[in-house]
Amino acid sequence: MSIALLDIGLRHFLLVSLVVFALGLYCVLTRKNAIGILMGVELILNSANINYIAFSHFSSGRYDGQIFAIFVIMLAAAEAVIGLAIVLGIYQNFATIDVEATDNLQG
Amino acid sequence: MEHSVLSLMIFIPIAGMVAILCLPGQAQDLVKKVALAFTIPPLLLGIWLFLNFNRATPELQFVVKVPWIAAYNIEYFVGVDGISISMVLLTALLCPICILAAWGIDRAVKGYFALFLLLDAAMVGVFCAMDFFLFYIFWEIMLLPMYFLIGVWGGPRREYAAIKFFLYTLFGSVLMLLAMLALYFSVTTIDPGTGEKMHFQLAPYFLGALGAWNIVYGALCALAQCFIEPKDMKKLVAYSSISHMGYVMLGMASFTPQGINGAVLQMFNHGTITAMLFLIVGVIYDRAHHRRIDGFGGLASVMPVYTGVMALAFFAAMGLPGLSAFISEVLVLLGAWQRYKIPTVMGAATVILTAGYLLWTIQQMFLGKPREDYAQMHLSEINARELCMLIPIGVVVLILGVYPHAVLDLLNVSLLNLNKIVLAAAQGTAVALH
Amino acid sequence: MEHPFEVSYLRWIVLLPLLGAVVNGILGATLQKRFGKNAISLIACSVVGVAFLCAVAAFLHILRLGPEHRFLLDTLVAPWIHIGDLKVDIAFWVDPLSAVMILIVTGIGGLIHVYSIGYMHDDESYWRFFTFLNLFTAAMLTLVLGDNLLLLFVGWEGVGLCSYALIGFWYKEHANTTAGNKAFIVNRIGDAGFTLGIFTIFWGLNSAGHGTTPVFRELVPVAHYLQTVSVWGIPAATLAALFLFIGATGKSAQIPLYVWLPDAMAGPTPVSALIHAATMVTAGVYMMARMHFVFSLAPVAMNVVATVGALTAIFAATIGLAQNDIKRVLAYSTVSQLGYMVLGVGVGAYAAAIFHLLTHAFFKACLFLGSGSVIHAMGGEQDMRKMGGLREKMPYTFMTFFISTLAIAGLPPLSGFFSKDEILWKTFSGGHPFLWLLGFAGAGMTAFYMFRQVFMTFFGESRADHHTQHHLHESPPVMTYPLIILATGAVLAGFLGVPAALGGSNRFEQWLEPVLVGGHGHAAHVTEHAVESLEYLLMIASVGIAVAGILLAYQMYYRKTLSPEVFSSAGGGAFYDLVYNKYYIDEIYQATFVRGTLALCWLGANFDLYVIDYLVNGAARLTAFIAWLNGWFDNLVIDGLVNAIADGIFAIGNRLRQIQTGSINVYLYVIVGAVAAAQFLPRLSSEMLMPVLIAVVIALAVVGVLALLSARRPLWRPPILRGDAPEPH
Repeated sequence: MSIALLDIGLRHFLLVSLVVFALGLYCVLTRKNAIGILMGVELILNSANINYIAFSHFSSGRYDGQIFAIFVIMLAAAEAVIGLAIVLGIYQNFATIDVEATDNLQG
Repeated sequence: MEHSVLSLMIFIPIAGMVAILCLPGQAQDLVKKVALAFTIPPLLLGIWLFLNFNRATPELQFVVKVPWIAAYNIEYFVGVDGISISMVLLTALLCPICILAAWGIDRAVKGYFALFLLLDAAMVGVFCAMDFFLFYIFWEIMLLPMYFLIGVWGGPRREYAAIKFFLYTLFGSVLMLLAMLALYFSVTTIDPGTGEKMHFQLAPYFLGALGAWNIVYGALCALAQCFIEPKDMKKLVAYSSISHMGYVMLGMASFTPQGINGAVLQMFNHGTITAMLFLIVGVIYDRAHHRRIDGFGGLASVMPVYTGVMALAFFAAMGLPGLSAFISEVLVLLGAWQRYKIPTVMGAATVILTAGYLLWTIQQMFLGKPREDYAQMHLSEINARELCMLIPIGVVVLILGVYPHAVLDLLNVSLLNLNKIVLAAAQGTAVALH
Repeated sequence: MEHPFEVSYLRWIVLLPLLGAVVNGILGATLQKRFGKNAISLIACSVVGVAFLCAVAAFLHILRLGPEHRFLLDTLVAPWIHIGDLKVDIAFWVDPLSAVMILIVTGIGGLIHVYSIGYMHDDESYWRFFTFLNLFTAAMLTLVLGDNLLLLFVGWEGVGLCSYALIGFWYKEHANTTAGNKAFIVNRIGDAGFTLGIFTIFWGLNSAGHGTTPVFRELVPVAHYLQTVSVWGIPAATLAALFLFIGATGKSAQIPLYVWLPDAMAGPTPVSALIHAATMVTAGVYMMARMHFVFSLAPVAMNVVATVGALTAIFAATIGLAQNDIKRVLAYSTVSQLGYMVLGVGVGAYAAAIFHLLTHAFFKACLFLGSGSVIHAMGGEQDMRKMGGLREKMPYTFMTFFISTLAIAGLPPLSGFFSKDEILWKTFSGGHPFLWLLGFAGAGMTAFYMFRQVFMTFFGESRADHHTQHHLHESPPVMTYPLIILATGAVLAGFLGVPAALGGSNRFEQWLEPVLVGGHGHAAHVTEHAVESLEYLLMIASVGIAVAGILLAYQMYYRKTLSPEVFSSAGGGAFYDLVYNKYYIDEIYQATFVRGTLALCWLGANFDLYVIDYLVNGAARLTAFIAWLNGWFDNLVIDGLVNAIADGIFAIGNRLRQIQTGSINVYLYVIVGAVAAAQFLPRLSSEMLMPVLIAVVIALAVVGVLALLSARRPLWRPPILRGDAPEPH
């Protein structure tokens, strides 16, 4: 166990998580590329994972946080599959994956 | 068998309807045959019923009583007594015959026969139902196919006729429903059999006079068809039917054993004879595509067998002895004379008018020299199918003319019992004598 | 009477002719084609022949029984109509009265069947003729054999039907079928009366509390109770008798319902002989004799019967004076003779009436068949003015016709003398001198017109055209033998009832006495003594007037020393015109009853067409108008409200839909914004929560209303579904 590690507390983890979330959110909101948006979503999910593990570690010390994190990873994988399938579908229909171009649902 | 026979008679035609609906629409012949096939078992059941009916009791027989809507004491309650069995038998007899008569239908065949079978089921149901609610349901089911049968497969102005028919009967049935509700709220059980508790109040003389008026009026209108345009033979038959139903009313209103027995027998006889008359009109209409009385002449030379069958039906309608209506009309008048003198004189005198219009029709259509334009009209002699539908009724008419006991025996006990009940109930009210 | 002798062969008297009718009716056309006409007539005649043998057997049977026990019963259909206390069976009985009748019907009927073999030989519808002839015989036998009123009525209607069918036998001629219709309809008037008579008896006994039987033998002992009840102030017995008499006037062709009988001559001549002379028309007389126990209770009705009978006798005789059609003369003569029978019934001389019925059956059947033979020979000619001199050409026909004419004219010792005189005597002795005078005058006229007929037909020069004369011939034996037998009967039948005044014992009356007991009472005891001289006097008078009539006819139509003009021009010819045109009775009936009925029909039909249909259609119009009002309300008010709401919602939607940009980025921003905003909601106090929500709703509503106001119609179009419009490929 290194001392530096001992110094690192919950707060640090949350900070990292916040950064990753912010980056993800920024990515989601600004990207025009659908795959980029998906990547932003992955970042958001992972920031949530960090939170889960951190909170779990610093509160109960049991593994429920980790379990949730693994669940989220699995969910992210599934979501990526569907997301990429949608992207492929969009590409087939519009010959682009620019989300600005696909506004057919406009009212 | 004992308990299921009536239900079978009601539901076999419905099964037939379902079967017909499953058939392909193009298979017209098959549809007709299937329809016929599904009316034969009820006929056989009817014969079984006739043979096994206990004539010695006024009680309901072959009863099935199953709770249906318990909250309102409504039951699936079917059964027959002497009064209704004759009508059930009549329906069972006439349905296959009517299907034979409809063999010439070539438009929307499937629909016609499906509706007809539904009608068949509803009619049997009406006569068997011993629960007012059930009765009313069958009654209304009956109207529906009738409406379509008239409106879709009828003659010219069929829509008008269908709507008129429907409104008239609906008007009647709404009043009937009101009466039933009134009974329901005054009696609590709604079986027609429990008439004892009815609040009995009517003006029998009015009913008798109405019956006599019906007799005379129908006969006059029928006679008018002989010389007032359009001289429609079918209208003549229809008016004569009105006239003959007047005897039923007159007999019922007499409240004498002979009168009411005659009335119910007349209902049966009217069913057979008028059916024959309409079928006879149908036969000639199928050939000539019109039915104007003055559009024919000398048919006796062209279609002798048809003329013979026609004569049987016409003379039966005239109430000649040896044919069924004679017995019932004599009984009705015999019974009615006990209470009402003038109405009975009217009813008895109407036999003159009846003879008049029927004989004039015979003379104009069948006697005389055959017309020359028949060569183009393809007037062929009555065929085997048409004979198949007319002969059985004719045989029934003949048998009941010589041996009316066959039906009277069914009716007598129930009707005497009914009469006793009604007269007992009428004790307080003024039954106008003389 | 209490113990009927049960037998089982009476039914065959009825069933055999019926069987013949059924066989010939169903298979006749085929039989005739395959085996020829003889097969048809063999069946038809043999069944009647066997029925005759049965009738003879029944007659001999009751002859062997004592006078008080002459009564056979045969029950065929046991429960026929059993309702309440009404119990009627199809049962046949033979008593002395019906024994006479069945012998007449099967005997004379059988002869006429045989005669028809020759007469109808050239007719295509040979089988149809014999079918109806047999059916008629069966019905007539039912009428006379039926042991109750209802069964009698069955036969009564049955003979009417056969009469109709046979009058219109040659149905291709309009006149024949019209005559058939007339016969049927006029008879129906009588039938209606007859049924009411039956009902009155039934009701009367029921009201008096003495059973409700229509069976004759049970009615006899209780009939007098009919006097105890009354309807409309008329005793039931009188009313019943009058109603029954209406029936008899129809069937037996009395005033006012006789009009059908002369027209009925349109039928083949054997039919006229069988139905319209010998049997059916006597049914009314038979029925009244059968119901004598009711008539005897009702003196008023009896007077009516007697008066109508006497009037008919003379009325028809006057018409007969001026007719030229050989069959019409006979027809009016029949009406007249039936009048005598009815007169006999009316004065209570039932036995005399039946006796006259019997003798009349012989001589009138013979006359009709003779006239048929003449018509046959003349090739269908019926006008006597075109005949003459047939005596040499047709000796048998002439002889039989002449004998029968003597009989009907009432010359002794032929049968007509005995029977007619019996009636006239009973009339006089019964206290009806005026009616006797009518009958007496009628007898003279009868002699006149009958001999006029004989002289015009058989004597003098032939007035036929050459062609007809050439073909004149005596009829074949199958036709002449029946004539000879009938003529023999016309000579001999009278000896059955030689009155006591002439040294006879009036066996016929004795024979019928057990049946008609109590019936002829008030006429009988007058004849006992001291009036025999009066009876002789009246006999001589009636023979005298008959001879006078014959001599007059001899002078006018044989010697031609006296021109008929003398009479026909009397009174400016008005009387002759009146008589020749049958008193215009047909025209009067046509103008009143027929037209009246048709007017009623017209009224009824128009009532139905205009009033009833208009009421119904009026109700329909009213309903339609209300429905139209309702529809108007529905369209403008209800639908307007509903549409306004719908429009508003569409307008709101129209504005709101602009939120849907379709850009994922925008959605994401909204989500992020909303999530961010949601962070603040829990921080709002519960007091603030509702106002905020309300503010949001109000804001939305304002947006909606603004949207509604700014919307231009139509806000919304139904979507065009793909595939609706055909797309060009």
